[in-house]
Amino acid sequence: MSKAPALQLMDIHKTFGDHEVLKGISLEAHDGDVISILGSSGSGKSTFLRCINLLENPTRGQIHFNGEQLKLQPGAHDLEAADQKQLTRMRQRIGFVFQSFNLWPHMTILENVMEGPLHVLKRPKQEVADYAEHLLHKVGIADKKHMYPNQLSGGQQQRVAIARTLAMDPQVILFDEPTSALDPELVGEVLGVMRNLAEEGRTMLIVTHEMNFAREVSSEVVFLHQGLVEEKGTPEKVFGAPDSARCREFLSSTF
Amino acid sequence: MDFSVVIEYFPRLLSGTWITLQLVVLSVVLGGIVALPIALARVSKNRWINSLPFAYIFFFRGTPLLVQIFLVYYGASQFEVVRESMFWPILREPYWCAVIAFTLNTSAYTAEIFRGAIQAIPRGEVEACMVVGMTKAQMYRRILLPRAFGIVLPAYGNEIILMLKGSALASTITLLDLTGMARTIIARTYTPIEIFLAAGAIYLAISIVVIYLFKLIEQRQNRYLGTLSIKVPDKG
Repeated sequence: MSKAPALQLMDIHKTFGDHEVLKGISLEAHDGDVISILGSSGSGKSTFLRCINLLENPTRGQIHFNGEQLKLQPGAHDLEAADQKQLTRMRQRIGFVFQSFNLWPHMTILENVMEGPLHVLKRPKQEVADYAEHLLHKVGIADKKHMYPNQLSGGQQQRVAIARTLAMDPQVILFDEPTSALDPELVGEVLGVMRNLAEEGRTMLIVTHEMNFAREVSSEVVFLHQGLVEEKGTPEKVFGAPDSARCREFLSSTF
Repeated sequence: MDFSVVIEYFPRLLSGTWITLQLVVLSVVLGGIVALPIALARVSKNRWINSLPFAYIFFFRGTPLLVQIFLVYYGASQFEVVRESMFWPILREPYWCAVIAFTLNTSAYTAEIFRGAIQAIPRGEVEACMVVGMTKAQMYRRILLPRAFGIVLPAYGNEIILMLKGSALASTITLLDLTGMARTIIARTYTPIEIFLAAGAIYLAISIVVIYLFKLIEQRQNRYLGTLSIKVPDKG
């Protein structure tokens, strides 16, 4: 029997008031997959990503992590976690990188990276500190470890945020438009770090507008349109010969 | 005007100042402790949990401090149960009545300041806690409360100064705080302008020290933080 997919999303729906943002999206990510999710703004791609770890509660659908189904129960408007412990356990294994970095501004860079493993996973302090330094070195900002987030550029902050996510040793990492808030000249350094992660064989879901990057690093590309999967396949297929006219249109407008 | 009377009675004014400082420090410290759970309950989305602190804050913000002092000092002794209870030795002392009234009053304002600070924390920072799998308790202990502490400082310093000025009302229940002492001296010397000016100067001096202290703490605490401010509830 083959191993269960790392992540399996089934028929995810999300409604905000009367507006149905997601109309039933399914997606599977196996270990080592790098899946880029594309789409014009309003296509629901960020909402979809946020539904995976319940930053947004889906209105309908199922979420499986390593074959284990996340228990959901009907709430006031949407489904909500039925078992908080299960949810926090899953979140510890699913990394999330935000568009706006969301570092904790009252803590140093090193403290930001150490916080999760030290106080959530309760690993020994020395081990966590060593690992955090290693990760900061890896994303190229070891020399800034005693500075505070607001003293860093956006690109540096985002690299810290990636290190903070890696410190938890996540099995899957979700990236929500990680370069959209950056000045153009800072985009490259963040993409470089992400490219290295992809080459290491990390499992990643990336919502992005960086077409060249998506084309080069992805094992699969998904194009969302108005809350549905419009096109899906290898980068060669989606970028080279998409079936959907909308996808063709979108790609031609962005290149 | 004859300011020699100020010099003559200065030691008395200082002893009144000492009482004022005690009242303010005690009620601010106790009020801060009481305020924290009230604020946490207040930010809860559960209506059963947040309605009680809402009523508490509504009452203490909506009624004059003077009325609250009278309620504690004159009101509590009306009840036989209170007079026979073990708390009577405390509740019959104007000093402790003032401390209790001030504590309750300032805790309501402080809770509201805490609540504002917690809610002023950008949503993204809270989400960053969620995605590493923190529990609610870890989130508050590790990130939200330390973060709120930095945000709260300017408004909290302001509340302490309001409390300092409000403490003058303690003189209405026979306490010889700075204001009470000033009035007593004036009753003897008939020099209201000189003595009230001196008392006002002392209040002003304390305020300056408090403002300066909070500036220092704020600068240390918020060195590397962006600006975030919360609305300060009006003192009525």
